[in-house]
Amino acid sequence: MAGQTKNTSSTGASDRAPRTFRVWRGDGQGGKFHDYSTEVGEGMVVLDAIHQIQAESAPDLACRWNCKAGKCGSCSAEINGQPRLMCMTRMDQLPPEGPVTVEPMRAFPAIRDLVTDVSHNFRAKKSIKKFSPRKPDAPDGTWRMQQADVDRVQEFRKCIECFLCQDVCHVLRDHHKHEEFVGPRLFVYTAALEMHPLDTENRLGDLKNKHGLGYCNITKCCTKVCPEHITITDNSIIPLKERVVDEFYDPLTRLFRIFKPAK
Amino acid sequence: MEQYQTLEHDVVVIGAGGAGLRAAIEASAAGCTVALVCKSLLGKAHTVMAEGGMAAAMANVDDRDSWKVHFADTMRGGQYLNNWRMAQLHAQEAPARVRELEAWGAVFDRTKDGRILQRNFGGHRYPRLAHVGDRTGLEMIRTLQDHGIHQGIDVFMEMTVVSLLKDGDRVVGALGYDRERGRFRVWKAKAVVLATGGVGKAFRITSNSWEYTGDGHALAYEAGADLLDMEFVQFHPTGMVWPPSVRGILVTEGVRGEGGVLRNKDGRRFMFDDIPDNYKNQTARDEEEGWRYVTGDKNANRPPELLTRDHVARCINREVKAGRGSPHGGVFLDIAWIKEKVANSEEHIKKKLPSMYHQFITLANIDITKVPMEVGPTTHYIMGGVRVDGDTQMSTVPGLFAAGEVAAGLHGANRLGGNSLSDLVVFGKRAGEYAAKWAKEKGAGTTNSAQVEEAMRLALAPFDRGDGGGGGENAFAVQSDLQGTMQDLVGIVRTENEMLRAIEEVGQLKSRAAKVGVSGHREYNPGWHTAIDLHNLLTVSEAIARAAVERKESRGAQFREDFPEKSAECAKFNLILRKGADGQMKVVREPVKPLPSDLQQIIDENK
Repeated sequence: MAGQTKNTSSTGASDRAPRTFRVWRGDGQGGKFHDYSTEVGEGMVVLDAIHQIQAESAPDLACRWNCKAGKCGSCSAEINGQPRLMCMTRMDQLPPEGPVTVEPMRAFPAIRDLVTDVSHNFRAKKSIKKFSPRKPDAPDGTWRMQQADVDRVQEFRKCIECFLCQDVCHVLRDHHKHEEFVGPRLFVYTAALEMHPLDTENRLGDLKNKHGLGYCNITKCCTKVCPEHITITDNSIIPLKERVVDEFYDPLTRLFRIFKPAK
Repeated sequence: MEQYQTLEHDVVVIGAGGAGLRAAIEASAAGCTVALVCKSLLGKAHTVMAEGGMAAAMANVDDRDSWKVHFADTMRGGQYLNNWRMAQLHAQEAPARVRELEAWGAVFDRTKDGRILQRNFGGHRYPRLAHVGDRTGLEMIRTLQDHGIHQGIDVFMEMTVVSLLKDGDRVVGALGYDRERGRFRVWKAKAVVLATGGVGKAFRITSNSWEYTGDGHALAYEAGADLLDMEFVQFHPTGMVWPPSVRGILVTEGVRGEGGVLRNKDGRRFMFDDIPDNYKNQTARDEEEGWRYVTGDKNANRPPELLTRDHVARCINREVKAGRGSPHGGVFLDIAWIKEKVANSEEHIKKKLPSMYHQFITLANIDITKVPMEVGPTTHYIMGGVRVDGDTQMSTVPGLFAAGEVAAGLHGANRLGGNSLSDLVVFGKRAGEYAAKWAKEKGAGTTNSAQVEEAMRLALAPFDRGDGGGGGENAFAVQSDLQGTMQDLVGIVRTENEMLRAIEEVGQLKSRAAKVGVSGHREYNPGWHTAIDLHNLLTVSEAIARAAVERKESRGAQFREDFPEKSAECAKFNLILRKGADGQMKVVREPVKPLPSDLQQIIDENK
């Protein structure tokens, strides 16, 4: 079977070899990398190594995790400089030589070791107008929606809120525009609401004026790091930008608005 | 003296998975101030792991379905030890809870005429599971979360509750600490809702995350509440078995619902070899009929892969023990074979089972559209929990409510797949509603500072034994030994002698846990958190083992090698565990409440 080469025991006890992990430790005041050596074996992911280090030599090493299956989005970190989920990064995907560096997401304030303050994302979400469906219009008091009409929204709703897209976005990471820019995750969220077949709310004014959609210059870094493979830029951000342009900058619409004020 | 902050709310909900969020939304909508306290970040709770779907008799795909059939299926699955009132309410109210999620923004997969699509699942007579691919739990939690954040609920993330506070008999609040800094907080409340999920971390191989340490079970037990049906632990038949580090991670039943078949190393579909009598006339006679069933033929019966989870898990166990397993100690689960039946099967599988595809390609380097998976049983769910009133979800302790996995009753001796997500919202809503009602009627109680101080002292004691006290026991080592004991001695196949040994070992582990030492600071200190979790894990482990010894039969999720058959005598009682006046755990037989004649008739008509 693919991927199963030498080791056929069910314990995976063979083929284990020591490996150095260079883990950032510190808090909001600062910190530095510490080297830990632990044995890694077949099929292991980086989160397994972090857990082993906790159990063997650093019981107070802080990290978030939950499902260990890429579904909850808790264990985001930067591994060898790349934003990734620790639970979905197999050791055999990393270069075989040299230490593996593990550090917290850099776009968010450090709290302790690999744990960062991601509260920005929760505050930003609250500032987005909630789902507001039209009145039920099917005879049974619900709605009808075709699968083809919800495919796109379902793509956005795959998001596990790992915030890796936020971490890699230069508007947040380098320019620290957290107060003016909600970030790619929240654009995906807004797009899911705006493109929901039942939704009646209009969020375009907020996108332009409050949520900083214009700061995004479509470098597509967010799409590249998304563990759910959501095409963040092409499918959510660009269509939102187009809608904002249509709403606020289209000459015909502007002319029209002289007679009919915008909502 | 250790300081603490005091907050006051009408209702405190502990746990923010599907049940906790739904309870908080309901209590808040009823006009109560609500605190929602959770161990992780909001939206990360174990509900995100639920894959297959949410059972509700909406009859969108098969119009023969109704709440009555769903009720009968649930009772049969639970081997008639269920709280029948809960099974009735659940079957009746689940469709409204699904439609409510849609009204709050959930986007379920659709039928051709634009309604909510429903899929087949083990033990359900008709296609009944509303779903979103294989990520239904994520859809549910995100919908509740995104609705809830606009309700004015005070959310306390990454906080652990260590003790419930009482005023006489009544629960009037909770003490906890924030995991970020280790500072204590008291939430004073008129009513408390437990929605803390399950106990999977008591076992070595489990689909559950670190959060599943039986906190709510132990909090309720210590507060004097009855626990019920603790012997019934569900081992899901299909967890990953390779690579070692992901052993136990769930492989959704949806794979089998979409046509996946189980084979041993000889290629035999061994599930056809052992079909229980009470399911014989609802099971396919051959492979062809099984395929017709999963592709929607209403005249076909389900393939034996979709029998109840306990049965499938034992059959897999048997194949492995007989030396007919796969290379890494499981059996083969094959969905790739449908290429014989379906054009463009690779795309079809990726569309129907996207996260399974993703999980296997990433973690195991296996393309499930091309080759079979290797799977084996994994500890998945506990049917037992806090004994509650079927209508109100109040425990035997006034002011303390419970909903979701931490509550017992709905599932009896075994839970059907898909009945968990619906359980969360049906009874989460009820718990929130009745907690709010209780809060309004009873007003505030008084918390006792001596209780708070004693609980803080106990929580901090591991630090005294750590750096300053010579080290003490390692919390991770004690937890790991406990997991070994439960896995090996109180697992999928049980015997009296092994379980008595487990009870003895749990006793010894308790002594070791009392000596656990923790070093370092209080900020996100996993060693300290594990030390606190240990107490809860030991309590639920003892409860599981004691109840399992007392039930001298095989029924539902419990299989006893020394009593391999059902016993008519044991059908007459549920088992209750409570803390005796001497501080020891007591096991008490509680007679099963007789079914009202109208419900009995429904069961007879659906036999």
